[in-house]
Amino acid sequence: MGGYGLRAVALALGLGLVWAFGAAAQGQAPQLSQSTTDHSKLKELQKDFASGPEVTAACLSCHTEAATQVKHSIHWKWEFENPSTGQILGKSHVVNSFCGTVASNEARCTSCHTGYGWTDMSAPPPSEATAVDCLVCHDTSGQYTKLDSAAGHPPLEAKGKTITGADAWAVDLKKAAQSVGAPGRENCGSCHFYGGGGDNVKHGDLSSALFHPGLDVDVHMSAEGENFTCSTCHHSDRHIFAGSRYDVHAMDPEGTGKPGQIRQDVATCESCHGTAPHKALSVTGMKLNDHVDRIACQTCHIPSFARGGVATKTGWDWSTAGRMDADGKPAHEENYVQGDGKALHTYLATKGDFEWGENVVPHYAWFNGQVEYTLTDKVIDPTQVVEINRIEGSPDDGRSRIWPFKRMEGRQAYDAGLNHLAYANVWGPTTDTAYWTNFDWAKAIEAGMAAAGKDYSGQYGFVDTHMYWPITHMVAPASDAVDCRECHAPQGRMAGITGVYLPGSNPTSPGALIGIAFFLAMASGVLLHTVLRIITRGGKGGKTHD
Amino acid sequence: MTDDAVKPPAPFERGLTPCPDCAEREVLIYPRFERLWHWSQAGSIVVLMFTGLGMNGVHGLISFELAVRLHTIVALALLLLWVFATFWLVTTGSWKVFLPRVLGLFAVARYYAYGVFKGEHHPYQKSLAQRLNPLQAMAYSALKTVVFPLVWGTGLVYLTYNFWETLPNAPFLLEVVANIHLAVAYIVSGFVILHIYLLTIGHSFRDGVRPMITGTEKVALTPEQEAYLERHETWRLVD
Repeated sequence: MGGYGLRAVALALGLGLVWAFGAAAQGQAPQLSQSTTDHSKLKELQKDFASGPEVTAACLSCHTEAATQVKHSIHWKWEFENPSTGQILGKSHVVNSFCGTVASNEARCTSCHTGYGWTDMSAPPPSEATAVDCLVCHDTSGQYTKLDSAAGHPPLEAKGKTITGADAWAVDLKKAAQSVGAPGRENCGSCHFYGGGGDNVKHGDLSSALFHPGLDVDVHMSAEGENFTCSTCHHSDRHIFAGSRYDVHAMDPEGTGKPGQIRQDVATCESCHGTAPHKALSVTGMKLNDHVDRIACQTCHIPSFARGGVATKTGWDWSTAGRMDADGKPAHEENYVQGDGKALHTYLATKGDFEWGENVVPHYAWFNGQVEYTLTDKVIDPTQVVEINRIEGSPDDGRSRIWPFKRMEGRQAYDAGLNHLAYANVWGPTTDTAYWTNFDWAKAIEAGMAAAGKDYSGQYGFVDTHMYWPITHMVAPASDAVDCRECHAPQGRMAGITGVYLPGSNPTSPGALIGIAFFLAMASGVLLHTVLRIITRGGKGGKTHD
Repeated sequence: MTDDAVKPPAPFERGLTPCPDCAEREVLIYPRFERLWHWSQAGSIVVLMFTGLGMNGVHGLISFELAVRLHTIVALALLLLWVFATFWLVTTGSWKVFLPRVLGLFAVARYYAYGVFKGEHHPYQKSLAQRLNPLQAMAYSALKTVVFPLVWGTGLVYLTYNFWETLPNAPFLLEVVANIHLAVAYIVSGFVILHIYLLTIGHSFRDGVRPMITGTEKVALTPEQEAYLERHETWRLVD
């Protein structure tokens, strides 16, 4: 009791001291700005800007190297040369199973370019330094945005739609310029959460749900959790960000690096959590640590994607597009209501049929971080499902792990003569080739192919496609991690994965069958013996021992 | 016991013939450690079978995680017990009861295959030094030298996979090891069934189990053995 009393007094004293210091600090020191510069005080920004590039010019008058740095990034170039396969990838080159390709649809697609005025995919982005859009990443006023079809320019009047699909408002460029700071999730999210033409359409694990996620949706980004911004993990150096879908760090044996150092060159789980993240002194922890060389962290810790009430598009059939309703107007259907109550299109005359999913269980595959794209010069077999981006990896290469993916199921246009995936001009309010305006595939594909400078046979068809999106966001609380039994069971989540022995997946393996045979032989021997004893004893008039 | 070397045990000592001048006395023949060993092992095997079947996907009465945890901890504890038991068997010389022997084997086998149906008495008479009949001794020696080592050997190799996973074909080897472990584990379950069933042959099931609880059982004592126990180890004599 005496010791307890003493401890209580010490605790009370300690708390009192902390409280006293806290009160003193609050009373005396003014709120210190994190930055050494308050941009609202800079004379360069005390003016009304008439355009985005004007703001950029003001930024560059101090940040002289910023534009050059940005221009070396994939955010700017939309081009990525895969160091392993040599393939030239990036948005300006690849075909996807959503809106297809950028070429011939520029001003719509480049609305999310981190620049102003890129209107021709056959040429690099505009060369002027002021074509870089600083504000899209650095605005913290929350009222900067880009129009959905103005090649990256912001709305200066309340007309049209923004890149998130909202009705546009007149952006106050002065306010935005004076607010600049480090990118927050609103900056990254305004493009990356809306890829593919809408909220969470493309990735499945990147949606507007991540602006204010609950702990159950994302432990890292939730305010109840770590409250990370995107760039906490996607660290940047000279405007180039860690973490690329084109060259994924599928296995990171380096972990946290040397003691006292924080690895900032990668966006892997291991760079913070290390390579043995589970409790080392428990059977379960040791067993889980045994898994990390074969199973990506994401595989267990993201039990499903498209969580938090926002669905992701899981299927898109372009071949059914073009249907008109009774009045001759483009038909549309909204037969899917997602978790947050919003009804989603399941058919649009402009785009065809859609399928949606929420809390989707991923597709799993061995992945070494490389993806082989089916670019438009590759001959495809239209009788088979074409893999838009083939996941590379094997259990034997020593650098693959089993990863979760969103598997997008598409049906999209291809050149039926040359058996190439096709470009299509879908967007173009004033052209007579754009599919969304004229509903004529022949013209749309011809125009798309011409814009991309590709040969076109003149015949087109539709081919089934699969496209894979590595799932790595929306990490759930540890208590929600995939239960062992979800995989360690017959026909579990890993069904179809080869190259690992998965206990529990086959109760009738050869060893089990041999053992069961022995067991049954012994058990039936016992049974036979029992029956014989009963019969013979009965015959002997119930004679028993002693 | 230098006499052992000079004089071979009498036939009755090996359970071959009834001992003419022996007295049947209730004597402590299963010391406390042996009983503790037996029941710990029995409990462990039940837990290992239940958790093993759970992990193998035969039933879902227990979470996989708990099954793995229990299976691992209980198996390691049982291995530790076996280390102690082996030490005990060697130092006390009790290991000799498990030596397989041919003499009398046929009589016991004949009893289980035929005599038991005729209402005959069990041909083996337990003695102070040999409580196992030749068939039991053979079965236990097979269990201890082949079956159990296969189970815990494969179990340890399985458990330490992470130390040898860099071997070529490691996943396949692991599958082989796991399958052997599984097959032998089922055979152990068969032994358990047999073991329990054999208790029903004889006086009664309860009488069969009792000695392993109280430690005492009726065995044949020569007058000399009886006199020795009466004088020096009265605590081993119950009545």
